[in-house]
Amino acid sequence: MTFLLGSGAGFSGDRTDAAIPVVAELIRRGQPAALLFETLGERTLAAAHRARHDDPDAGFEPLLDELLEPVLDDCLANGIAILGNFGAANPAGACERVRALAQGAGRADIRIGHVQGDDIRSRLSRIDLQRWEGESGEMPGEEALISANVYLGAAPLVEALALGAEVVVTGRVADPSLFLAPLMHYFSWAWDDWDRLAAGTMAGHLGECGSQVSGGYFADPGLKDVPDLATVGYPIIEVEEDGSLVVTKPPGTGGCVTEHTVKEQLLYEVHDPGGYLTPDVIVDLSGVRVYEIGPDRVAVSGIRGRPAPERLKTTVCYAGGWQGEAEISYAGPNAFARAQLAAEVLRERLTFRAPPELRSRFDIIGHTSVFDSDTGDLQRQTAGQESGDYRLRLAVGHAERRWVERATQELLALYCAGPAGGGGVRRQFQRRICTASYLVQRSDVEAFATLYGTPMNDDRSHDHGAQ
Amino acid sequence: MAPSDDVKMMSLHRLAHARAGDKGERLNLALFAYDPRHYDILLAQITEDRLQALFAHRGVSRVRRYPLPGLAGMNLVLDDVLQGGVNGALNLDGHGKTLSFLLLGMAIAVPATLEG
Repeated sequence: MTFLLGSGAGFSGDRTDAAIPVVAELIRRGQPAALLFETLGERTLAAAHRARHDDPDAGFEPLLDELLEPVLDDCLANGIAILGNFGAANPAGACERVRALAQGAGRADIRIGHVQGDDIRSRLSRIDLQRWEGESGEMPGEEALISANVYLGAAPLVEALALGAEVVVTGRVADPSLFLAPLMHYFSWAWDDWDRLAAGTMAGHLGECGSQVSGGYFADPGLKDVPDLATVGYPIIEVEEDGSLVVTKPPGTGGCVTEHTVKEQLLYEVHDPGGYLTPDVIVDLSGVRVYEIGPDRVAVSGIRGRPAPERLKTTVCYAGGWQGEAEISYAGPNAFARAQLAAEVLRERLTFRAPPELRSRFDIIGHTSVFDSDTGDLQRQTAGQESGDYRLRLAVGHAERRWVERATQELLALYCAGPAGGGGVRRQFQRRICTASYLVQRSDVEAFATLYGTPMNDDRSHDHGAQ
Repeated sequence: MAPSDDVKMMSLHRLAHARAGDKGERLNLALFAYDPRHYDILLAQITEDRLQALFAHRGVSRVRRYPLPGLAGMNLVLDDVLQGGVNGALNLDGHGKTLSFLLLGMAIAVPATLEG
């Protein structure tokens, strides 16, 4: 028996029409299936907390309506469960939105699973925190703390499905756990069947970034050509009861599923391939094999699992002051020299117009930018008197808004007081929310699911809120 | 391998493909030979020391290489190269997503008979 996992989105800001051909194919096949929306990363969780900070009703995926509306009816009518971490910093708000969408489609009786327990902000000071090994920064002070969200595993999502949820809304859940949950629910795998848990987790890992496994984020013209990227098909992962899996995509869509696309995604954001940590299992990829078994069909085998880690990763968001950016363009003869002069003028101005602790960076876009360091090492190594089309970019950071405003205003002033022929100034600044990663003990986390809006469950969530 | 009559220099980009991923200030670069027969060339030349030099200007503090012969590739894990990471960097590309192509721009020595 095969279970189909369809990806509807791989990040917040992904294509909102991607799920349509995936759902059409899941319905055509008529096999048990789920549709997964992964829309929450370190960047988007911070953005969601920033949004909720400004508006208590916000903080869930801003594109929720656009993602769900085209497919919600079809999924509900065909028994395709939808699971998404689109609750972000406000899962209850997302549940309310899903209910409104379902109501509009004549399904006021929709069963929405509401997963809670990832938000440990209120208990953070009483919890034993360990710094994540890749984390070098100090724990921010209490006054700067905005949020703390644990990466939950699949268990509370399975609980939601067992309650009969048709749509499961979560906040911070490990991305692959979204995919593992419907497999656990359907196949009733044991929670210590580590190899199957690892296979299900890797089905999730391969699907969680949407088209990144099926031709998206892959094309390199002449070397890695991808057909019809404008209509790239989002992946469908076929999973068998024994944990074997095949990556494919809906027929008639663009993109491609090849050995190469699958390999790139296999290690995406992985550190030690012999010990990929997730809340549900430690995955060992050292013996993995990837085989093309047909057009746009790739099998992945050799995935092994070990007992899940003792501690769970937690993302802490804290106020990181302000950041600002401003840009100006120089083009035509001697453009690079004029852009460099503009950077020198600006740098000198900031030495007496801004405090020394202002962080700043000067890119000359078109010459060197994203590869460079904050101190411009590459730019210095490769200076010349070149013609072209360059854009000087200033980026600054400071705890106080006024210095970020002041510094970016200095770039604006290059219009009149800088080198000849500068144009196209753009300037923006915003509050920065930084993130840091810690590890917490499982016993300090209580994750659970309720059906949204049912009185008994409201009582239960009230109890938890009062802890 | 140094350039001589038997070898020539080539961009790694011709032999291999790569994808970058980030977590906090840590970057991973997954690198794969297009042709599994070229895996040994990558293994010999894409070393932790060369990666350390390539990313020195970004303040890399540690490089670890995990060879994956079954995939004809390797995972390269670099600590502290993101200068603040996705939520703290001044760099336009706070994720470090473009850095897979900094890696692929490396020159490597290959047998002179190799096409490309």
